Amino acid sequence: MNLETLQREMAAAVMAPLTADEDMRSHAPDGRPMSEVAAQFIAPNSRLTPFERLEIYNRQYWFRVLNALAEDFPALRAVIGARAFEALSIDYLIAHPSRSFSLRNLGSMLPEWLVAHPEFCTRRHRLALDVAKVEWAFVEAFDNAERTPLTLDQIATLDAHSRLGLQPHLQLLVLEYASDNLVLSLHKEHMKGASEAGVKQEDGPIAPVQLPRLRRRSTWVAAHRLENAVYYRRLEREEFLTLAALRDGATLGDALEAGLAQSSKPGSRQPALVQSWFTQWAALRWICAQDIESLLNN
Amino acid sequence: MSRNRFNAYQDHGIGIGLRIPHYRHIFSRKPVVDWFEIISENFMCDAGRPLAVLDDILEQYRVVQHGVSMYFGSATAPDPEHLKRLKTLVRRTNTPWLSDHLCWGSVDGTYTHDLLPLPYTWEAIERTVERVRMVQDYLEIPIAVENVSSYAAFTDSQMTEWEFLTEVVERADCGILLDVNNIYVSAMNHEFDPLDYVNTVPAHRVAQIHIAGHSKYEKYILDTHDHPVIDPVWDLYARAIERCGPTPTLLEWDEHIPTFDEVHNEAKKAQRYLDKHAGVLAESAQ
Repeated sequence: MNLETLQREMAAAVMAPLTADEDMRSHAPDGRPMSEVAAQFIAPNSRLTPFERLEIYNRQYWFRVLNALAEDFPALRAVIGARAFEALSIDYLIAHPSRSFSLRNLGSMLPEWLVAHPEFCTRRHRLALDVAKVEWAFVEAFDNAERTPLTLDQIATLDAHSRLGLQPHLQLLVLEYASDNLVLSLHKEHMKGASEAGVKQEDGPIAPVQLPRLRRRSTWVAAHRLENAVYYRRLEREEFLTLAALRDGATLGDALEAGLAQSSKPGSRQPALVQSWFTQWAALRWICAQDIESLLNN
Repeated sequence: MSRNRFNAYQDHGIGIGLRIPHYRHIFSRKPVVDWFEIISENFMCDAGRPLAVLDDILEQYRVVQHGVSMYFGSATAPDPEHLKRLKTLVRRTNTPWLSDHLCWGSVDGTYTHDLLPLPYTWEAIERTVERVRMVQDYLEIPIAVENVSSYAAFTDSQMTEWEFLTEVVERADCGILLDVNNIYVSAMNHEFDPLDYVNTVPAHRVAQIHIAGHSKYEKYILDTHDHPVIDPVWDLYARAIERCGPTPTLLEWDEHIPTFDEVHNEAKKAQRYLDKHAGVLAESAQ
């Protein structure tokens, strides 16, 4: 067997899901007995069969990726319960195995994938979608790039035809619930548990956590980084739409049009409103020049 | 210390792995540590706290980069983005050498995030050598390849692991990060004498040594980095020092991480072997 074939065979076996008892399955996904698959390329020793030797790697793979995902989505795990989260994680990782050298990116497709997979979340599916979005936004805001921001004086020189960039770490979220606060409170619980009791992820509660009664309420949130700490900031709908349009490459004039077109705020108040946004955005260092890639795309 | 071109002729002493649970201790107490080894992948991001922490560490300590996902033995080509980010980090840390594992872990762009063993074949040697040379040329710093712990052996293997390692490093003209705990773990799992391994590796290419603890199960040993170093591993370390001379040494502790002092004290036990070796040298000089 050449090296490439061996590595494809072994990777497929190592990444095949475990049984409920965390053993290697008796058959490969293509139906071949796993003992035959293993014996094709793995030698036994005096204590272990090829199957048992391969099983060590099969288990290590799943323990590693499941732990990594649980670390990035502790609030989602709490909202739907540990058992459901593990089932969700396995299905998600089968659909989206890691395509990056870094485990940091393992959950990048989870919020999008979860939209079509309500079966893991029972009645909390819409809330779970929100929570997954907020938690992934945290990962992005935590270590995405920071470009040189524009100052308020620089912003004052812009006109309606100007195009702007937003900080790569700034994540804009539309939520169905005020789930940013929920995630923050669950993260605090998670940190407290980890530091005081020293419990590992798998030792945490199995059932979903009790939640306060949450009402659906459209919520617009920016996850961003300031002085190396990640914050969630609530936005007004108009402010969110303007920022989203700027992010998508609209001119300043078009972005403000997109933000304010359906606003119920009186026209007389809008100039002051826009001015206050830009003052805050400049203070938070959110606005920068368009990057070269965006300019080329436009 | 065993200074050679694979550790940039550096005299590093005894270091420990830089781990998040120790950050507070390090920044508040500023302990004297010869050097820290960082996991490159933890700092290959664009910005934010990881790089801020790294910059603070770099102001006060010597840092050497150790990677976990270069996969020198993977049959399919490496991700150019990975290499680009690694080079950016190398420029930031000014690491005197860089290590990663003699293993594979990705295929067709899908990553297992594990250090999977290679079949010890001539084909694997050719692929691995090509990759090590390419990475070394691109990064423009010495590369040291680390022997991994393994739990499986391949029916296709044509030589021992130490023969394979020797062939790779000689052909690629690179250094070795000799992990004596991994040698012990693999020796128990594959039923060979670990001294055969330590006695055979080309000593002049050993840039660095890793020591660590592991977990023993009924039928095999797992490389878990969650215990102190056991005596048989210290014995292998002593033999490695005897052959290679005092060499930059690093203790790995990655799970159930105890206090900074506990980890550092465990690492500093290596000093007695370095002192003993220095004593032997002094005696023979008289």
